Amino acid sequence: MALKSLMAVTGVILVLFLLAHMYGNLMVFGGQQAFDEYSHHLRELGEPMLPHSGALWIIRVVLLASVLGHAYSAVALWSRAKKARGHRYAVTKSAQGASARYATQTMRWGGVVIVLFVVFHILHLTTNDIAPGGASTSPYERLVNGFQPEFWYVTLFYVLSVLAVGLHLRHGIWSALATLGANKAKRERPLHAASTLIAVVLTVGFLLGPLSVTFGLVE
Amino acid sequence: MNITLRVWRQKNSDAEGRMVTYKVEDVETDMSFLEMLDVLNEKLTTAGEDPVAFDHDCREGICGACGVVIDGVAHGPETTTTCQLHMRSFKDGDTITVEPWRAKAFPVLKDLVVDRGSFDRIIQAGGYISAPTGTAPDAHANPIPKADADRAFDAATCIGCGACVAACPNASGMLFTAAKVTHLGMLPQGQPERAARVVKMVNQHDEEDFGGCTNIGECAAVCPKGIPLDTISQLNKDLLGALASGNLD
Ligand code: HEM
Ligand code: SF4
Ligand code: FES
Repeated sequence: MALKSLMAVTGVILVLFLLAHMYGNLMVFGGQQAFDEYSHHLRELGEPMLPHSGALWIIRVVLLASVLGHAYSAVALWSRAKKARGHRYAVTKSAQGASARYATQTMRWGGVVIVLFVVFHILHLTTNDIAPGGASTSPYERLVNGFQPEFWYVTLFYVLSVLAVGLHLRHGIWSALATLGANKAKRERPLHAASTLIAVVLTVGFLLGPLSVTFGLVE
Repeated sequence: MNITLRVWRQKNSDAEGRMVTYKVEDVETDMSFLEMLDVLNEKLTTAGEDPVAFDHDCREGICGACGVVIDGVAHGPETTTTCQLHMRSFKDGDTITVEPWRAKAFPVLKDLVVDRGSFDRIIQAGGYISAPTGTAPDAHANPIPKADADRAFDAATCIGCGACVAACPNASGMLFTAAKVTHLGMLPQGQPERAARVVKMVNQHDEEDFGGCTNIGECAAVCPKGIPLDTISQLNKDLLGALASGNLD
């Protein structure tokens, strides 16, 4: 129970981050200046109360703690589930609809894929240690360089990862709300619908940037 | 109709089990699934073999004893108990796989029979109310809003069959526990022990080696009594409230 609450609360923090991050990414359609200024502002946030990049580092620490807490509870629940089942069934069949099943059955491995993606993604667009298309001090240029058509495999990896994030959220948002006690019989469908809606908005919002670069709409 | 059955056979709780295949002939579509197993057992007994052990009592869908997993679904293709499942839900020539509930908290005793004592211990931990004995109070002495009474009654229909655990990918017993917590928590008689109850029952649930709930919903999809998933949210809410208030007796 403590595990589930930890999972739900950290999950909610990560969703809020994703919403903000998606908003930031959409600045790419405002051109290089807007995007780079946004990135620059992130680092000036809270100045002069906080040192340069201070607020950003606070956010990073909160995010890292959330990811660790989220992953810890996921692994603990995963191993508990394995132990609790004991002997495996010879045949298993879900009694639920296919779309609910895809989301719930990919939560654990999907989570692993997302973590690997985030590591790659930070090395790519934040530290720029991985720099397909050439390194740059401009976040906008890193992004545009990285998603050129010749690096289709980078884009493909992003697309698959973002889809994994969407699927993860479709069940995750609903589950967090239910764990925190928000579900009522009459609310069950609306909660599922809201969860799916946020998942779709985030998926599309994240895909727009990289795909627009690949297809030459942003250069 | 003729049916091929793949059934889990296991001599006792310590023995290794295995799937054994049997042919069952002359099955009628009006037979219940258990009656079909009776036909098989008569045949086995006549041949001097050990009949397949399965749990059953009322055979009318109210005792919750008869749970088995049929073709990967708890209680089989209809949302009901095994005794209320009829052979018309299958086709002539079908191969049907029958397994016991699989959960560490429900050890197999023999063949398809499991020990559901862990559920009893969850009830013992808090699934009761304390009331002074003596003359029963007047039925109308304690008015209860209709919505609360309905919700309590719906939750109270849980028969403790364990299908929710069998179907849950986490082997969690949360739907059962939540049904009991909601049933008592909606009624005035359940209020004095409400906070302590949910904490004790969830602790016992975890001690019995059930898995943790991740809100997947397989439980409610197979529950023969239609216990709604929102009871689990009610349990979570009560639990978070109880822990936050620190008022546990
Ligand atoms: C697919 C579309 C995405 C694009 C184009 C994108 C782009 C970016 C860019 C340009 C940065 C660097 C910002 C800067 O340094 O100012 C960044 C940082 C980051 N992104 Fe993404 N991102 C995407 C999706 C995601 C997703 C789905 C996640 C999480 C699951 C994620 C997690 C992060 C994290 C954690 C950072 C911050 C690293 C740090 O500053 O310490 N991103 N992203
Ligand atoms: S909640 Fe439903 S499936 Fe679970 S024990 Fe009660 S009646 Fe059976
Ligand atoms: S035998 Fe009682 S519910 Fe099936």
